[in-house]
Amino acid sequence: MASPNSAKTIRVAPVTRIEGHAGFEIMLDDNGNVADARMAIMTLRGFEKFVVGRPVEEVRDIVNRICGICPWNHHLASCKAADGCLGITPPPTGRKLRELCQMLAFIPDKILHFYFLAAPDFVLGPDADYSVRNVVGVVGAAPDLAKQVVHMRYKVQMALEKFAGKVIHPIAAVPGGYSRPMLEEERKELLAVVKEALDFSVFSLNFAKENVFPKYLDVINTVGVFPSGYLGTVRPSDGALEFHDGELRMMDMDGNYEQFKYNEYQDYIAEHVEPWTYLKFPYMKKAGKIVLDETNPVGVYRVNCLARINVCDTMATPLAQKELEIFRSAFGRPAHQTLLYNYARLIELIQCCERAEELLNDPEITGREVRHQKIEPRAGEGVGCLEAPRGTLIHHYKTDDNGLVTMANLVVATGHNNAGMNLGVKQAAKALIKDGKYDQGVLNTIEMTIRAYDP
Amino acid sequence: MVTIAEEWLNSCSGCEIAILNIGDVLVDLLPQLEFVHIPVLIDKKYYGQTGENTELDIPEAVVGIVSGGVRNSEHLEVLKKMRERCQILIALGTCATDGGIPALGNMYSLQEIKDFMYRESPTTVAGPDPDYKTYHIPEAFETVTALDEHVKVDIKLPGCPPHPDWITAAVLALLDGKTELNLPERSVCDTCPTIRKSKKSTGDLKRILESPEFDPEKPVDEMRCLLEQGFMCLGPVTRAGCSGMTGTAPRCIATRVPCRGCYGPIKDGALPLVDYVGALSTVGYDPRKMVDRRGFLCRFNGAHSVLRKIG
Repeated sequence: MASPNSAKTIRVAPVTRIEGHAGFEIMLDDNGNVADARMAIMTLRGFEKFVVGRPVEEVRDIVNRICGICPWNHHLASCKAADGCLGITPPPTGRKLRELCQMLAFIPDKILHFYFLAAPDFVLGPDADYSVRNVVGVVGAAPDLAKQVVHMRYKVQMALEKFAGKVIHPIAAVPGGYSRPMLEEERKELLAVVKEALDFSVFSLNFAKENVFPKYLDVINTVGVFPSGYLGTVRPSDGALEFHDGELRMMDMDGNYEQFKYNEYQDYIAEHVEPWTYLKFPYMKKAGKIVLDETNPVGVYRVNCLARINVCDTMATPLAQKELEIFRSAFGRPAHQTLLYNYARLIELIQCCERAEELLNDPEITGREVRHQKIEPRAGEGVGCLEAPRGTLIHHYKTDDNGLVTMANLVVATGHNNAGMNLGVKQAAKALIKDGKYDQGVLNTIEMTIRAYDP
Repeated sequence: MVTIAEEWLNSCSGCEIAILNIGDVLVDLLPQLEFVHIPVLIDKKYYGQTGENTELDIPEAVVGIVSGGVRNSEHLEVLKKMRERCQILIALGTCATDGGIPALGNMYSLQEIKDFMYRESPTTVAGPDPDYKTYHIPEAFETVTALDEHVKVDIKLPGCPPHPDWITAAVLALLDGKTELNLPERSVCDTCPTIRKSKKSTGDLKRILESPEFDPEKPVDEMRCLLEQGFMCLGPVTRAGCSGMTGTAPRCIATRVPCRGCYGPIKDGALPLVDYVGALSTVGYDPRKMVDRRGFLCRFNGAHSVLRKIG
């Protein structure tokens, strides 16, 4: 994607320690200063097209494969969109089992991101040699902690696998509810694991607050800092941070917001196309356009944990709320520092554990009525939306009389953050590269602004 | 000590998470393994650590593991480089062995996919197709293909994702100096404990818009076979192995939903699209009444020209 006016282009590919296929390029002018920078997504898979013609109840098993790290979110958003097409509402137990699975899937995902993908930059240092700046390096630097991390992540993954059959590319949720009831012994077993995970989450955040973030405050406040809008889901009754089912809130860069229902998403979000990447750029429709200028962006909003922490009034659970208050007193609302995604992620981890515990203590969770026994296919339309680990996820389907999909529009988290990742790279490159001087540590520090979203 | 290079092509990262789901055993194995390249975990770059090179390169390794099929020019370049640099090449997951879910895209032309994505989607302000000739992005190919359509593959580990047991077994076999590992050529039904009465059924084929009959308090081996209950279960034409080496019930069946074929055909070259007709007839159902037959029976194996655009 070299630009004709640049004297030199630095090309970094692949972006590593992320889930996905991306590369970025930094264009230098004759003086060796940054003229422009871009991050491009390399693949086009066409899920929206090839789910057309499939029975709507089968799509949940297909769209899982959009993402192997967060398949539960595509699976569940698809079930919700199918519910809409079929005109049904799952029974309360079915709905709660879905939400429980979503929370249980979030826990290992957040542990994975923080410790396996992001931590090497903070534990070994952004400019450590690449051969040690990885999870194996972390194991070497903090073997006891690493062992605990690997074990905790594995334990929650396997607990979910045992209950739901398959943890990667799940099959357990179905249109109209959930495939089978939870037994009392399963509930007890899961509750014990979740309690342990909650303790570990609180430990992780305290560990990061004491040993990680203070050391890098300078980097946090200078690299990948730019104003933008934010999008996330809140509970309609009190504006608390919600992952599974609520309303969308879109906040501008000054903190003013509008709140809307899932099926109104087309009034607020439009997508822009650029010829230099396979990924589109969703933007705030009301801005009328998108401008990728890191000093004065137009139409740009971001999603994922920092966005959710910015748009919500409170966290939904007590321990997480305490941590939000500490975070806000330090960084305000909205906080625009990209690297704070790593901090926000750990606050959310606590809410996920607390919410999972609430659900497991809810007597309805072991109810027997988990799904509609028989649903008739029909022509319809549904928007299934929830918060995936990486941000707001929208599945919008239409069906024909036989319940076959005729249209599918997907707006996924990595898309919402496309503009944000590009601006982060540009801002960081301009801040760190002067007079043509850079090394692998500088390039990795720039890459951290992409990694923060774990796109 | 074995050196390993790992790459993902037209994939989702589920196979890489399956590697991590080896769990505590992986920590024990780590001292014997040296990962020289694995983008999800290690910052080894294609063009040098500061982008100083113009040719894509990957370090040499004894074992190469590749997940995902081939959908664009970069996938193909990486795959060929992996083959060149690695002594033993493992195709990990059904995308790599048979095309996997993304090969459902072979039912449509690339232009139709782009038309929806960049112009027709209800939220999209119409724009041009990505321009690989002007910018440094790969050329998207017309179809999704499997690895063995391009290079020699030594070991195939299908599954979406493969059960961690099989990945561990492959690693242990390689550490032991072996260069082969084959999954058994058995069907999911061969490993399924549900009750079969071998009586012909009547009535219509069922979609999972309805619930099968089972008692949630009772184990899965007291549930009637889902195919015999009238559900399109793909067990008869799907390779066994999804529950690893534990000997437990196939994972979908244990969750009380029918098999969808994620381990691919029972053996190389088998065609579920043909073989399933016989399986359905055996239990008394009319295969012609199956809704979206190709979408079901080629869901995971659309590479090797199995799926193509019709009309």
